[in-house]
Amino acid sequence: MNAWWTTEFYLDAQTTFHDSTVYSGFKWENRFRLLKREHWINPVLYAEFEDINGTDKTLKEVVGHDVELDYVKSNAQARQEHKREMELKLILSSNTKGWNFSENIIAEKNLSNEPWEFGYALAASRPLALKGSARRCTFCRQNFIVGAEMYGGLGDRHSFGLRKTSHYLAPVGGWNLPSGWTLRVSPGFGLNDNSHKFLLRWGVSREIKGFDQVLRHMFAAKS
Amino acid sequence: MKLATGGLLLCAMLLMIAQLSANSVSTRPGLHSMQFHLGGDTYAELRKAPDKAVNRPNPMENDPEAVAAGRLLFTDHCAECHGDDARGGRKGPSLRVSEVQNASPGTLFWLLTNGAVRKKMPAWSKLPEPQRWQLVRFLKWPGLAQTAPTEPESKP
Repeated sequence: MNAWWTTEFYLDAQTTFHDSTVYSGFKWENRFRLLKREHWINPVLYAEFEDINGTDKTLKEVVGHDVELDYVKSNAQARQEHKREMELKLILSSNTKGWNFSENIIAEKNLSNEPWEFGYALAASRPLALKGSARRCTFCRQNFIVGAEMYGGLGDRHSFGLRKTSHYLAPVGGWNLPSGWTLRVSPGFGLNDNSHKFLLRWGVSREIKGFDQVLRHMFAAKS
Repeated sequence: MKLATGGLLLCAMLLMIAQLSANSVSTRPGLHSMQFHLGGDTYAELRKAPDKAVNRPNPMENDPEAVAAGRLLFTDHCAECHGDDARGGRKGPSLRVSEVQNASPGTLFWLLTNGAVRKKMPAWSKLPEPQRWQLVRFLKWPGLAQTAPTEPESKP
């Protein structure tokens, strides 16, 4: 949107093998840059509203007492559950010598009568080369990002702490293609008995430059 | 029902984004020319760079590939707002003007790193430092004014 606010909207669906494919809800994410200048640590406030059902098995982050057992219900059972949640994150990031360090403190509230849940995420990543290449190339080292992340739950307002929470440690790899596409993969390993033993998170994304202008023209043309 | 709620929210968001975008553009004169017209203090942010930043030399100054690399980075990250040839675009001002060309490399690096949030210039600290210096090298390259943006140029 602008230099201090970015917003994203997602319509989510999921497929469970030997079960079904279902629409699981929508999410609206917003990130607000809090300080005018760059500092050693740069805070960003993240606010998300989501209207989802129980089939949403996205594990972008872990909060509260999220454990492996939460994910074993069939889609038919899980879709009976309906959640409207507000999530707030304070994202602290630092850039030094090509490394990006990021610490997330997460607070999530189901808007029905449930307590605030907490979580954390820590990550460090770096491109394989810091200098830009003088020619377009798909396999230049600068296009590859490697790192590691750790994330997990911290209980809720009534039982804050590590008891009955799950935690993961995962290497992270990213590949920015010259065409504008980005591929990311993060194979995570559960660190305790409440965690999934193995979790493969991956994503494909493409930034659409000037999308706001396209919308503006589209709506201006109709009005 | 949930799909309908999601659809409605999506439409509302699209309308809001379009409206915000329209507002931000319609307040600028000369929209018909597709150019960002300069206000009196468009480049004032450059004067806010602290002395320590102003005096930093560009470590890429003598790198023979810095201009070519900086050009590619410019195309990828800057051209959308400042135009393919850095003459200014719908969202950002020209970078060929004397205010920019006479600014020290350190000043431009500082502005790239910090952005100018109130003037819609994002901070580019996510780019590794050497790449920001390569961008500065490209912006300060004397050939910028004469060269078409798509020409490869590895040795200025």
